[in-house]
Amino acid sequence: MPLFHRIARIQKAAIPFTLDGVACEGKAGDSVLTAILCHAERLRQSEFSGAPRAGFCQMGACQDCWVQCEDGERLRACSTPLTEGMRIITARRT
Amino acid sequence: MSARANPLIVGAGPAGIRAAQALVAAGLRPTVVDEAPRCGGQIYRQPLVDDGRDAQSRYGSEAAKAERLHRDFAALQDRIDYRPQALLWNLRDGIADIMHDGAHQRVAYDGLILSTGATDRVLPLPGWTLPGVFTLGAAQIALKAQACTIGTNVVFAGSGPLLYLVAWQYLRAGVQVAAVLDAAPLSAKINLWRGLPLAPAVVLRGLKMAAELKLSGTALHFGVAGLRIEGEARVERIAFRSGGRAHSVACDGVGYGLNLRSETQLADLAGCAFRFDPRDRAHLPVNEASGRSSVAGVYLAGDGARIAGADAAEAAGERAALAVLEDRGLPYDVARAAALKRMLQRIDRLRDVLEAAFPYPAHWADEIADSTLLCRCEEISAGEARQAIKDFSLSELNRLKAVSRIGMGRCQGRVCGGAAAELLAGETGRDIASVGRLRAQAPIKPIPFALTSSDQTNEEQHDEAH
Repeated sequence: MPLFHRIARIQKAAIPFTLDGVACEGKAGDSVLTAILCHAERLRQSEFSGAPRAGFCQMGACQDCWVQCEDGERLRACSTPLTEGMRIITARRT
Repeated sequence: MSARANPLIVGAGPAGIRAAQALVAAGLRPTVVDEAPRCGGQIYRQPLVDDGRDAQSRYGSEAAKAERLHRDFAALQDRIDYRPQALLWNLRDGIADIMHDGAHQRVAYDGLILSTGATDRVLPLPGWTLPGVFTLGAAQIALKAQACTIGTNVVFAGSGPLLYLVAWQYLRAGVQVAAVLDAAPLSAKINLWRGLPLAPAVVLRGLKMAAELKLSGTALHFGVAGLRIEGEARVERIAFRSGGRAHSVACDGVGYGLNLRSETQLADLAGCAFRFDPRDRAHLPVNEASGRSSVAGVYLAGDGARIAGADAAEAAGERAALAVLEDRGLPYDVARAAALKRMLQRIDRLRDVLEAAFPYPAHWADEIADSTLLCRCEEISAGEARQAIKDFSLSELNRLKAVSRIGMGRCQGRVCGGAAAELLAGETGRDIASVGRLRAQAPIKPIPFALTSSDQTNEEQHDEAH
């Protein structure tokens, strides 16, 4: 079950993106963090232990929510608006 | 009259907005740099797009204040140099380094108002890195700015007025609130009666929220300790002690926080002197009632200077702007400055009451297990930090950082710094005031390695009027 649950903005335009290669839809107005956590239970795996992480402060301070894109770009999920075609990876690259 | 650069305001929350308004009213054109895409700060944060909810459902009792601030700031647009979604990551000699949209900008300033706000203060708990565990501020941001809840059956834990406010907001949003776990004993709430004459509406609203939570069947526990968050891939339960008994509550989300901590990195880079503040239990930039810091031309306002809340931030932002005017030799409203000072003093007395009613559980730091992660960024345990303190006979926080990497991760100690200071004080038998504070480093937040070079340096773009 995803971590987040929507209470409004449900009728907004869909924004397609991929999560670990799987096609997903966010909503207009989503942050990357919201879009991911409405589908999944984690944003990333710790580089150290591999333990799952899903952010913490959601205001750009704790830096816990950096996610990677397939092209290698890194995004701070809580402060980045979701845009169409983002290809996000939540699994640690081994 | 020689041309002077424009004043620079960092942060477009309640303090920054009122500061900008007062400077504009005096004919100046401040630069306003803010990380968010829209003004309001965290307290009055706006959604990225209209989500069909009105201000009342988003900000509750504070809706009118939020709307006024958003409207007043919008009215300034043509008369300020507003740079949203921009990170001011370094300051030196009247020049600010700013990252905007992957590009680097340099902005010259004359007069700097830092209204950088605050984030949740926390102490580490077992399991606090599990998905589904968020700060109280994060739980509230998800709800008001993203129209999402962090779970369907949520526990709220910690201390501070935000604990009850967020729990109540979730209840109102139709979420099952599994429990509210208050670090403070119920007896601490007696202090709220002292707050009644100072701010009756605030105190009564808080009591009403607690009563509504209670009536809804939400379990309220006081004097909790020994919190432990459990789960495999995500939060599933929270265990704790209360009233001499062990408890465990199933949940799929946790909102956690122990009041707030000031964002002081830029004040540090600006060269401001700091001193230990017993109420906030933190080193804070020295700040006069006028908002003047120890450095000429640098002013502090709002929760980034000392935790006092949004109403105080509005007043302090305006007051700091008046100090800027005075220091530039411009006329300013002396009576208004005095009124703002009185307003701030009254709020400060209320703050003392709130601190007594919602105290920080410093004693929790004594029972942080060696196995608990202290640093989330680099997964350094409390035990590793304690070992470093012993092995190297450490007594100062930056030495602990050098040896253990506590505070050296991506967050630069924003999350762990307070707890690390508590641990160091506890291990060495010293007072928390004497173990030092983590020095800020530029860039104050991560910036891409490949920032494109400066699109324009506006060092020559001066305010012609003065």
